[in-house]
Amino acid sequence: MEAISLTAIGLGLIVLGAALGIGKIGQSAIEAMSRQPEISSKIQTAMIVAAALIEGVSLFAIVVAWLVD
Amino acid sequence: MELLTPSPGLIFWTSLTFIILLLVLRKFAWPSILRALKVREETISFALEDAQRAKEEVEMMEQKRRKIIGEARKEKDAILKEARQLKSEILEEAKEAAGKESQRLLEKANQQIEKQKHDALAEMRETIGRLSLEIAEKILKEELSQDDKHKKVINTYLREMNLN
Amino acid sequence: MRILFIIFFLLVTSLNLQASSEHAEEEGAVDAFGLIMGHISDSHQWHVIDYTNRHGHPVHISMPLPVILWHDNQLWFYSSDSFFHAEHPVKIGNDHLVLEDGHFYLTDHEGTIIRDGQGSITNPSPLDFSITKNVASMILSMLLLLLIFLSAAKAYARYGMPPPKGFRAILEPLILFVRDDIARSQIDEDKADKFVPFLLTLFFFIWINNLIGIVPFFPGGSNLSGNISFTATLAVFAFLAINIFASKDYWKHIFIAPGMPFPIKILLVPLEFVGIFIKPFALMIRLFANITAGHIIILSLISIIFILKSIYIAPVSVLLSLVMFMLELLVAVLQAYIFTLLTALFIGMSTSKTEH
Repeated sequence: MEAISLTAIGLGLIVLGAALGIGKIGQSAIEAMSRQPEISSKIQTAMIVAAALIEGVSLFAIVVAWLVD
Repeated sequence: MELLTPSPGLIFWTSLTFIILLLVLRKFAWPSILRALKVREETISFALEDAQRAKEEVEMMEQKRRKIIGEARKEKDAILKEARQLKSEILEEAKEAAGKESQRLLEKANQQIEKQKHDALAEMRETIGRLSLEIAEKILKEELSQDDKHKKVINTYLREMNLN
Repeated sequence: MRILFIIFFLLVTSLNLQASSEHAEEEGAVDAFGLIMGHISDSHQWHVIDYTNRHGHPVHISMPLPVILWHDNQLWFYSSDSFFHAEHPVKIGNDHLVLEDGHFYLTDHEGTIIRDGQGSITNPSPLDFSITKNVASMILSMLLLLLIFLSAAKAYARYGMPPPKGFRAILEPLILFVRDDIARSQIDEDKADKFVPFLLTLFFFIWINNLIGIVPFFPGGSNLSGNISFTATLAVFAFLAINIFASKDYWKHIFIAPGMPFPIKILLVPLEFVGIFIKPFALMIRLFANITAGHIIILSLISIIFILKSIYIAPVSVLLSLVMFMLELLVAVLQAYIFTLLTALFIGMSTSKTEH
């Protein structure tokens, strides 16, 4: 039971961090887009790439947490 | 974890399927689709270019037309100006000519008048002379008869002459 | 309002979890974990429908799938039907075969399964090349893709110039999107078009399998793109595409790290080298985790009805799972896009001649 809850806390932390990071990216991207709508497609691509990198790291962590569990 | 263990069977089938898909679509589907898209795009861009060129041409024509109109207007103005000048010149000339003519006519009239006056004077002189001769003749004829009578006759004739 | 709803929802679920752990022994208790795992893992039969007939007998209708095994240097073919309803183990050469927990194991003639202390089975198993549910749905997706794109290609060859009609009108913006916004925007101008067929195939293959996975009834419902073997294979193809066409500069950049002082080189070179493998590994994990997580969430939401054994929670969970389905539709195309985009990005990085 203790081990499971530790894993759960770890997963929660991972999700928290990833959500914060991706949220920040989304915020900045939308701000940038509203400031310069003419290059919004480029910003969108950059945003998705950055979000995907964060997501990759957090999924990696989730998988490790699962495996350790 | 069961979920994270890859199974060789599925890996084999996935590879096979993906390779088949890649080869078949690469050979039979993508080239014709992509070529069609490219051809269409190029046609569209050509059409756009053509439209652009046509637009430019129209603009050029418009400019030319405007230029021509401007020139025509300028020419018209120049012609009008010239005409006006000509008119005033002609008027001036005419006025001058008329002045000269009238002057000439006036002079002629004067000359004529002078001549007539001269003629008249000459005639008058002649007449006076003749009359004087006649008078003198009459006086000379009358002188023998009466003195008083001479004066009276001369006066009468002079009066008569004045009336003339 | 929404927060109240969420709090209510959390309360109900926590209550329910307690309830279910208390009454786990009760007859008819639902094993949600087992159910979810059953749905998201591969299987040797394609489940169609379950119902109870008017005599009260439960009826399971499922499509048997061919089983192909490699054993004793030869291939063995069976129908999966012969394992599901078998009293005795099936003979394979001199050995016997038993299907347990979705895997084939070699046993003695009585079908004895030997388990170790943790409950894992220690029997040897033959190499399994069966057409499982996932393989079958993958073949279905392949046939669909071939049908769609070969007919589209034929239509393009025939009509070509005029603007597309019907189905092609949907395909064309997608193809243009992959060509222009994925390939050409990430890969150098002169090399982009060479990779377009690969990226197009990758994109549509992943997308259609994601979509088939979302369909909740018979020809769909497989969790193929949420299976690690599938994503690993695609990641290997991406790895090959990235590294086979890599430029000299790319390798020099990795192994020599020009312009760096020596101590940093020692640090950087192994890091860059590991990065070659990390990139496709992240692709693999991302697709797997996203799709599996979506399936697990939808199944959990549906399971809540049965865990709570209450019809009143049904509207809530149906509504929530409807929302999740919408989200999954988005995720299906988004993950296909991200996989393709990142592959294109890595290809662009590895093929570009300029410094990166």
